[in-house]
Amino acid sequence: MNAPLRNSRKIFDFHGGIHPPENKTQSSGQPIRSVSLPEELVLPLNMHIGAPAKPIVNVGDQVLKGQKIADANGMVSVPVHAPTSGTVVAIGPHPIQHPSGLDAPCIIIKPDGEERWTALHPITDWHKCSPSVLITRIREAGIAGMGGAGFPTAVKMSLKEGTKIQQLLLNAVECEPYITADDRLMRERADEIVRGIKILQYLVKPAETLVGIEDNKPYAIEAMRGAAQGTDIQIVVVPTKYPSGGEKQLIQLLTGKEVPSGGIPAQIGVVCQNIGSALAMHRAIEFGEPLISRITTVTGDALSNPGNIEVLLGTPVKHLLNESGVKENRLGRVVMGGPMMGFTLHTTNIPVVKTTNCIIAASTNELPEPAPEQPCIRCGSCAEVCPADLLPQQLYWYSKTSDLERAQQYNLMDCIECGACAYVCPSNIPLVQYYRFAKGEVRTQVAEQQKADNARLRFEARQARLEKEAAEKDARRKARLAASKQKAAGVAAPSVDVKALKAASLEASSAYKAAVKELKAAQADDANNVAELSAKVDALKAKADSAKAAVRDANSGAAAPAAPSVDLKALKSASLEASSAYKAAVKAVKAAEQNGDDNVAELRAQADSLKAKADTAKAAVRDANAGTAPATVAAADPVAELKKAVGEASSAYKAAVKAAKEAEESGAEDAAALRSQADQLKATADTLKAQLRDAKDAAPAATAPAPTSAPAAAPEKDHTAERAAKMKALKTSYNMLNKMLKDSNAALERAEREGSDNLDAQRARVEDVKRQADAARNELNDLVDQAKAGIRASGSDLKTMKLEAARTESALRKKMKELDEMKKSADEERINVLYQERDLLKREADIAANALKSALEEQGLTE
Amino acid sequence: MALITVSSPHTTKKGNHTGAFMRQVIYATAPGLAALTWLFGYGTLLNVCFAVLVAVGCEALFLRARGRDVSFYLSDFSAVVTALLLALAMPPTSPWWLILIGTAFAIIIAKQLYGGLGMNPFNPAMVGYVLLLISFPVEMTRWIAPHEAPALSDSIQIFLGQTNVDAFSGATPLDTMRTWAGNAEQLSNQPILHGAFAGEGWEWVNAAFLLGGLYLMWRRIITWHIPAGVLAGLTAIALPFWLFDSVRFADPLFHLFSGAAMLGAFFIATDPVSAATSRNGRLIFGALIGVLVWVIRTFGGYPDAMAFAVLLMNLAAPTIDYYTQPRTYGHKAAHRGASK
Ligand code: SF4
Ligand code: SF4
Repeated sequence: MNAPLRNSRKIFDFHGGIHPPENKTQSSGQPIRSVSLPEELVLPLNMHIGAPAKPIVNVGDQVLKGQKIADANGMVSVPVHAPTSGTVVAIGPHPIQHPSGLDAPCIIIKPDGEERWTALHPITDWHKCSPSVLITRIREAGIAGMGGAGFPTAVKMSLKEGTKIQQLLLNAVECEPYITADDRLMRERADEIVRGIKILQYLVKPAETLVGIEDNKPYAIEAMRGAAQGTDIQIVVVPTKYPSGGEKQLIQLLTGKEVPSGGIPAQIGVVCQNIGSALAMHRAIEFGEPLISRITTVTGDALSNPGNIEVLLGTPVKHLLNESGVKENRLGRVVMGGPMMGFTLHTTNIPVVKTTNCIIAASTNELPEPAPEQPCIRCGSCAEVCPADLLPQQLYWYSKTSDLERAQQYNLMDCIECGACAYVCPSNIPLVQYYRFAKGEVRTQVAEQQKADNARLRFEARQARLEKEAAEKDARRKARLAASKQKAAGVAAPSVDVKALKAASLEASSAYKAAVKELKAAQADDANNVAELSAKVDALKAKADSAKAAVRDANSGAAAPAAPSVDLKALKSASLEASSAYKAAVKAVKAAEQNGDDNVAELRAQADSLKAKADTAKAAVRDANAGTAPATVAAADPVAELKKAVGEASSAYKAAVKAAKEAEESGAEDAAALRSQADQLKATADTLKAQLRDAKDAAPAATAPAPTSAPAAAPEKDHTAERAAKMKALKTSYNMLNKMLKDSNAALERAEREGSDNLDAQRARVEDVKRQADAARNELNDLVDQAKAGIRASGSDLKTMKLEAARTESALRKKMKELDEMKKSADEERINVLYQERDLLKREADIAANALKSALEEQGLTE
Repeated sequence: MALITVSSPHTTKKGNHTGAFMRQVIYATAPGLAALTWLFGYGTLLNVCFAVLVAVGCEALFLRARGRDVSFYLSDFSAVVTALLLALAMPPTSPWWLILIGTAFAIIIAKQLYGGLGMNPFNPAMVGYVLLLISFPVEMTRWIAPHEAPALSDSIQIFLGQTNVDAFSGATPLDTMRTWAGNAEQLSNQPILHGAFAGEGWEWVNAAFLLGGLYLMWRRIITWHIPAGVLAGLTAIALPFWLFDSVRFADPLFHLFSGAAMLGAFFIATDPVSAATSRNGRLIFGALIGVLVWVIRTFGGYPDAMAFAVLLMNLAAPTIDYYTQPRTYGHKAAHRGASK
């Protein structure tokens, strides 16, 4: 027996470890057997680590053996298949294999006993298939790590592009006491296991393939050596020590390498799989069979017939115990998994799942109630045996006092919960329980932090987007306004609008930059909202681009008549910005190349496009420079000049009035002269004003045919803007007239009371004012009607705004209703999310409403 | 059917509990106790018995006062061990009241008032010892000349404080060394300094404790780190000085087999509660005790130094631990001190 146990390879060692009584002979002697079909099969939707599968059958459906009954839900998830043919009798909560003892959704099947298979699709020539096809098959077959953790195998096999795997490790250590499932599997099905390993080799292309087996399984070693004959699969015997079968420990044993804290084996070029999973892969690919059964060791003092059973997934533990001759009166504790890391069941209704490697039905003698906890005497026995080389006594102290920060400093999160420390602790301290508690606390803290962060990021991104959108809309509106104003009046004063546009553009591009940063951070953290963020980034980029384009348009539209220098400046800064962005992008590309990131290509493309942009910006600056010289002040415009004159005249008048008043107050003798001067000035101003009015009336006719350098906005838009301006003027004059009317009415009344003699003149004046006001009112009404008609005819903008406002309104209302309903369910997390969503919608609705309002105002249509 | 639901692991090492650990320590002192009795009479035995009674009594009293399960906590035997170690360190000429004060102080003040087993920052036995040494220096330094053990009746008389002890007392090798250090002629004339391989008689006491200590290591009650540290530290500092001036400084072997060297190294410094806990930490902790012992023995005002050295290092243990965390699996380096 000794000869085959020798290795040709160097075996490394890991720190600590223990040698608990093995208790394997009870179950290792008999061949794998099967049991009768249970009454019901209970299939939890979450037999693996990751998102629960989504049921795709309904209650009452007939299902065939091997038929998929629940689909994978996301990347880290696997489907569930019917282990036998029968009827779906329920889909709902049922006690499952979770230490918490909580119920979880399950599909319950009543077998019909006919074992009718669904059609299977074997892939016999798998070595001709691409790895991705095989990985999809593995995933579709529902295979999840069968050694205990239940991590979806396909995920483990989907290596990052460019990952070189030196060692493929097959874990057949089975270091936990009592468990012999893998031992029996190797003894009886070594050939099939080896075929599975070959598939694995094909998938990960390792430099070497090692199967680690503890030296307490000589028969299994022999069988595996036989089956591996003539292949490059090495069977490596490791000394019996718990926990050699821990993934990290096995890697250290066989390769001497350590998985970095918080990392995965692939980082150090290692892939580790359980042999049970290898076998399942072989069945899935070469026979097309999904994972519907597994080998489970059923053992313990309370059974008269312990052994290894090939169990259909979903078989209740109770059924297995009954079939193994359980002595109910002796039963003290039922453990699922091994005695070191397994968990106790509170009921035997719990089904066997993909990860159930062992069920121990122990008598109270065998696994007695834990002895009372004594104080820690800091003996350090725990530190001696800890395979992770932690200081469990310190972890215990800090976990107990909930000093999570310190506990983490002592690397609490690197504890693999192997239980070696608790096993040796002379004070019977349930150390692992403390660690689990503390880890849970830490995870909650982190999750909360993460949630808050995510919500904040989401909110900020959303906020930024909305603001940008509003700013952009504003910018577009202003651009239009500016263009039309300019056209209408022939006056070129676009600089203000351009400035606004530029500000908007800058804002947009800074939002874009912030979003890019955020995205990068998320990528670095491997956060799961990367896709979302990158979509956001794209959107923002588009927006920033369009804002920039708007600036460019406005600049070129302004054609630099009034203040070309400003535009030139803007162009220059835009060009600078573009080229610095390009430079930054180039740097990013270089950094990415150095780090070997896989988004290099993407970054490079980005850099290229930035370069193109920078070039165009430069060209624009050049053009503008060239254009500046001939662009002198626009042809003198009568209206503008008049305006200027009016302004001057009225300010002169005001000054004169002031001077006169002062003179009067101080009793100066030239007061009268000043007064008359003021009167004169007023007369001048009045004439000028009249002239201006006339000129304005004439202007549209005059300017319309006059070609301007601006690439004009559509004519009807000019019209609208013109009308809007007119409406505004009319409104003001109407208001003024109204006031005048009131005043003169009051004067008339006073005059009447006082019996003044020019009553008639006053009355006439009132009439006059009234007539004027009416006229203004009518004209205004006409214009409003026109505007309305115009909007109805063309009105894309207002309409979309209205629609947007209505849409956001209703979305908000819906969300609020949802929130109200959710409040009843007390699902706090969901409620919080809904609150956030509601707030966002509210903001959106507000913005839409505001935009609509301001648009209406602009059209002069409020009330 | 009510199933037990508890957290893993579901099995623990059989016969592995604190009480059993402590009992092993008690057994391991047997050779040392025998040697002391053989050389110095029944005084030590009486001391031990009385100290244990006092300790258990005080412990029970305080456990009750603190509302603890008295018999459960007494079964950890920690009070017995404390009393035993204190009594072994005390001169066999100690009267009962000296034992009473020392033990009561050790249990009540140094242990229970700090929160009981596992919470005491200082080795309780050594706290009691130092209290007595400072308060009653005469009684605490009065040893009996080896091989001149008083008869049982005399021992009882001494214990009860009814005899003039001076008739029996004699200097220890450490005292003698202190007195005549630098005087080559005198040193060579002191038979007590020239036992079989170290100080007369004391070499056997220390050898006996060494034996007990080795037993503890074999039973994996203690790890080798602290004793090895102490012995290595003591040797490392004694050797060069002795080589430099063998008249003024005693040789390493003398130091290793004098006074409470072995008792301290294997039984006292290894008290897990107040010692450093990481592997490297324990080595450092032990080595510094060894150095301190030599320094105090050579330059200090007290003949032996184990108690002071241990207490001083108890003070430093948390700091040592802080700087000697092992490198955890998957980490590039160990956390050092306040880093991170
Ligand atoms: S084994 Fe137990 S008593 Fe010993 S140090 Fe660790 S936790 Fe404390
Ligand atoms: S349970 Fe954690 S602390 Fe305890 S021995 Fe295992 S890894 Fe170390």
